[in-house]
Amino acid sequence: MLEARELEATRGGATLFSGLAFTLRPGALLRVSGANGSGKTSLLRVLCGLAQPSAGQVRWNGESIGALGEEYRRQLAYVGHANALKDELTVAENLEAICALAGLDTTPASVRAAIGQFGLGGRELLPVKLLSQGQRRRAALARLALSEAAPLWILDEPFAALDADAVDRVQSAAGAHLARGGMIVLTTHQEARIEARSATDINLDR
Amino acid sequence: MLAALRTVIRRDLLLALRNKSDAANTLLFFVIVASLFPLGVGPEPALLRGIAPGVVWVAALLASMLALARLFAADYADGTLEQLALAPQPLAALVAAKILAHWLVSGLPLVLIAPLLGLQFDLSGTALLTLMVSLLIGTPVLSLLGAIGAALTLGLRASGVLVPLIVLPLTVPVLVFGAGAVEAAAAGLGAEAQLSLLAAFLLVSAALSPWAAAAAIRIALE
Amino acid sequence: MNWFKYSSPQTFYPLAGRMVPLFFALAALFAIPGLYIGFFVAPTDAQQGESYRIIFIHVPAAWMSMFIYVVMAFWAGVGLAFNTRLSSMMASALAPTGALMTFIALWTGSLWGKPTWGTWWVWDARLTAELILLFLYFGFMALQAAIDDPRRADKAGAVLALVGVINIPIITFSVQWWNTLHQGASVSLTRSPTMAATMLTGMLVMALAFWMYSIAASLLRARSIILERERNADWVREWREAAP
Repeated sequence: MLEARELEATRGGATLFSGLAFTLRPGALLRVSGANGSGKTSLLRVLCGLAQPSAGQVRWNGESIGALGEEYRRQLAYVGHANALKDELTVAENLEAICALAGLDTTPASVRAAIGQFGLGGRELLPVKLLSQGQRRRAALARLALSEAAPLWILDEPFAALDADAVDRVQSAAGAHLARGGMIVLTTHQEARIEARSATDINLDR
Repeated sequence: MLAALRTVIRRDLLLALRNKSDAANTLLFFVIVASLFPLGVGPEPALLRGIAPGVVWVAALLASMLALARLFAADYADGTLEQLALAPQPLAALVAAKILAHWLVSGLPLVLIAPLLGLQFDLSGTALLTLMVSLLIGTPVLSLLGAIGAALTLGLRASGVLVPLIVLPLTVPVLVFGAGAVEAAAAGLGAEAQLSLLAAFLLVSAALSPWAAAAAIRIALE
Repeated sequence: MNWFKYSSPQTFYPLAGRMVPLFFALAALFAIPGLYIGFFVAPTDAQQGESYRIIFIHVPAAWMSMFIYVVMAFWAGVGLAFNTRLSSMMASALAPTGALMTFIALWTGSLWGKPTWGTWWVWDARLTAELILLFLYFGFMALQAAIDDPRRADKAGAVLALVGVINIPIITFSVQWWNTLHQGASVSLTRSPTMAATMLTGMLVMALAFWMYSIAASLLRARSIILERERNADWVREWREAAP
């Protein structure tokens, strides 16, 4: 269970948001929306523990994420704005490395299946520099297919640069994660059709 | 934990292997800088023998500063550093693995080619051997201290000049003990004292630098 | 007395404003007798004649240069560990004064070197260590200047200052060691064979003067850093509107 209490973040002296509070239970989805520069990415980085809020606290199962440290990071799969892919490595090599870092077990077969699930089947051995922008995003998101063991997914603009087919694939992966009791926090500009028992919306413009 | 460290080292070595020119450029820089000195001070063998330890060491120092630009910058730009910081392992350990991989690619080649430069400067056999040993102990220290500077300057416009500015003063002991060891060997004296001091400095920096660099990375990511 | 009350920039600002003139006055108060002892009371050195009198400025400056680095690293470390803005601002305020002291030590060392060694610069262990210290100060200031976000500048500077403070003893040791191996200067600025009691008194009084000056100068600088950083805070606005 992820809880935010009276979160506040600032950038360059200006307050992005304050008094932000929510509770995310297993199987629940949190959609964060807002204009450019409204602090969506800042909020996600605070929830990950990459950035410190200027006030308030983020708690995982009742304990502050700062105190939990590695234990919290083990529960987490984060796909940021940047794809974290290396141009010179193949899609499969990239995916294996990211999963090994996150402490997720993979086999060559499971990696191939994940790549196929995100519509890049047959391109496993291509270096990432030969992929298009949308294909790179698919490759970055393919780690989600291997992240069942991480209950909390935090996704920054997962649908950016994706075509309709890829959006469908991400949505069904997200729906499956929620169905098995996972939690998802995501930012998006577009309407996301993800099957969820409970969904909350936060608009940072207000 | 070990699997994650292995992954970091393996990935960085693989990247270096697919971008061979990066490592080769550092090496080339090292050779060119050292080769310019005889042109600057004249080809007299006695003089060259005298300045050789210092010249080779300073060239190694500059070459390793140059290589530091590659240590974290690409990972910072493409988001890999975020993933490292979010990995369920101590960031300092992952940073240590990155430093090790970086040294294997940019430091070790300097050690291996140094005897060739020593020959240019007419160094004796024992002096050449001491040069290699001192570089073998000293260049990891340069990578370790340099990692702090590279991490502190992540994403800054002026990072190219800033890293040497911050790191070079900290490397004074490496230069003193490293070049001192070669000088002592060339003069026919034992270099054990210098080499042990250098090794002690290596131990201290290996114990502390990854923590400082990890702290600096978290500060830069925030 | 509640010390924490003064740890917020808002309450510290006026307090520092009252302290600055006080410490400048104290600096003058110590400098006048210190210089008098140094230039008129202390005996002429048998070996070095009158030129040695520069030590009344050189030695206190050299002491302050090292001391300020340690104090700067301390405040930076406190700022990093406890996330207290004022400690970090104090560290940034100390750096230029520390660099100035280092520069004075180098400059006076060079002035002293000309009549004594016949050259402006000698790679004496102390002078070389001071030179490296100056580079460390410059590195700290350059790093902070290159970072736009003040909080990141504080924290990054703190990491560098702490690494520097661990390194300084090692650097000093290595430079001394290097110097003895290369048969350094036989006459050293601070190792005069007989240190007369009046000389020591003069030096200590001058050290107090330098100390007071450093406190005053860094408080003054801390005040302007506070104003710059807190320009959007309510108390600065009110203060600005109240001022004519």
